[in-house]
Amino acid sequence: MLRLSNIEKRFYVGTPHENQLYQDLNIHIKDGEFITVIGSNGSGKSTFFNIIAGTLQPDQGSILFKGHDIAHQPEHLRSRHIARVYQDPLKGTAPSLTILENLSMAYNKGKKFNLSRGVDQALIEHFKQELKALNLGLEEKLNNRVGTLSGGQRQALSLLMATLVQPELLLLDEHTAALDPKTSELIIDLTQRLVREKEITTVMVTHNLKQALDVGDRLIMFHKGQIVLDLSGEEKHKLSVMDLIAKFNALNLMNELNDSLILG
Amino acid sequence: MLSFGIEVLNQGLAYGVLAIAVTLTYKILDFPDLSVDGSFPLGSVIAAVVLLKWGNIPLALFLSFIGGLGAGLLTGFLHVKLKISNLLSGILVMTGLYSINLMIANNRSNLPIFNVKTMFTVGSWVENLPQDLQVWVIRFYPSIVLLLVIIVLKLVMDWFLETKLGFLLRITGDNPQLVIALGEDIGKTKILGLMLSNGIAAFSGAIAMQMFRFYDISLGSGIVVVGLASVVLGTSVLGFMKSWKITTLVVLGSILYRLSISVALALKLPPSNLKLITAIIFVLALVLNNKELRPKLLKGRDKHA
Ligand SMILES: Nc1ncnc2c1ncn2[C@@H]1O[C@H](COP(=O)(O)OP(=O)(O)OP(=O)(O)O)[C@@H](O)[C@H]1O
Ligand SMILES: [Mg+2]
Repeated sequence: MLRLSNIEKRFYVGTPHENQLYQDLNIHIKDGEFITVIGSNGSGKSTFFNIIAGTLQPDQGSILFKGHDIAHQPEHLRSRHIARVYQDPLKGTAPSLTILENLSMAYNKGKKFNLSRGVDQALIEHFKQELKALNLGLEEKLNNRVGTLSGGQRQALSLLMATLVQPELLLLDEHTAALDPKTSELIIDLTQRLVREKEITTVMVTHNLKQALDVGDRLIMFHKGQIVLDLSGEEKHKLSVMDLIAKFNALNLMNELNDSLILG
Repeated sequence: MLSFGIEVLNQGLAYGVLAIAVTLTYKILDFPDLSVDGSFPLGSVIAAVVLLKWGNIPLALFLSFIGGLGAGLLTGFLHVKLKISNLLSGILVMTGLYSINLMIANNRSNLPIFNVKTMFTVGSWVENLPQDLQVWVIRFYPSIVLLLVIIVLKLVMDWFLETKLGFLLRITGDNPQLVIALGEDIGKTKILGLMLSNGIAAFSGAIAMQMFRFYDISLGSGIVVVGLASVVLGTSVLGFMKSWKITTLVVLGSILYRLSISVALALKLPPSNLKLITAIIFVLALVLNNKELRPKLLKGRDKHA
């Protein structure tokens, strides 16, 4: 469903800080896949999302989404099909609007934002059902401002809002990293349930190796802008946290060796 | 005393229209728009010229609103399309409008409109009323007109802010990222909000000019601060009225602001100090509004204040 081919991306071109992140990035995301992505800080995971979503433009390469080249489509048009949840729970919701108002807007994604009433009373029951499924009691707080909710509640709401209108692709960028372990687990469960029920193709970045192994059906590891590991099905299933740590260590060792070769 | 009260009320209401305009940018879009300093007198001068030429009051009001829309469009264009910072875009439009306002008034910096009918002129129907009633009607007529205008404007704004488009404007100030996530072009939303705000500001300029029966190019200088002071006063001093709509709060804030200014003048402070007084009121209101400072200032007093 999504194919990135020969992606190149440099930052600070023409300055002494020029930094080539991707040299030739290729990946094919298939319909219905649930991919987890790991990699050390700065390895290019978020930039990968930024390029898919249109926040950043690649210097070279093509982005085929359902057969259409979307490389030049602006971010807001892409987000009608590609939903995103960020690490920061504040990014997915509007704090001064109520839960009901937030959901009403999310429900209207891809339709016209005109002079009809923002909240459609007929939908309240539907929203209550969706909220009930979160098991956070939010259905009782429809008229509370979202700014008064906890980080975990806001993140659950962000997730619901991102999937309220079925997206074709869901990008989750460390969306549980800012939460306490218990809430984080809750959000992961919720994620798995929503993704399964709505059958959404999903890519999830996480720093939690166990999570990366437990969740999803394909695992990708980024290192310095390259995909150094890409396992799915049985191969992924057999993988253990120790294997991943060993892989990280080997890569880091190689870096040190390279560095010492260059410096030496 | 009564005429003092009426004057405070009238000015508070006329500038209350401005406060609603400023609310839209500062509070709702989170866009510090300085172009209002140009669009307010733009509205005044357009209304003055139309009234002098054709004497058509609705046309005067309508064209000043349109003029304001244009000013907002320009600010939005500079900011969204040419990527100029929000403050600078406003300053540029405000500066440019100074010359345009002069041009519209045929290079005159002021226009008296003493001899034409305005929206505050009582029609001849008043002569059919009994003598003692006449006096009262004439006295209160401007206040009634202003009240009607502000109530209609407030209701329209309240309605608008509850529509899908209105929600989108609110989200623009609240969480710009979400506007994009909803699949909408945030640039367009900003331009629309700026147009609306400047349109209303110009409308306010047209009303104030008719109240003074005089256009002066300096009408607009520092008017942003006046509008903002009303917004801040309204939302901080009256903010405890949680169920009141922001449109109500800022109009009351505008009346409060006029009251403070009038009291300051009544205390024989020289009018040349007006701007300084405005700044001081503004700072006071901001401090009152500041959650971190307030406990220190009110230490030992009612904690719920
Ligand atoms: N907009 C940008 N401007 C300049 N450099 C950038 C930009 N975005 C990313 N980079 C650089 O690209 C590299 C990869 O960043 P990216 O955010 O994709 O890493 P990441 O894998 O998401 O890391 P983390 O785990 O810390 O979130 C970093 O070196 C970063 O400095
Ligand atoms: Mg990242």
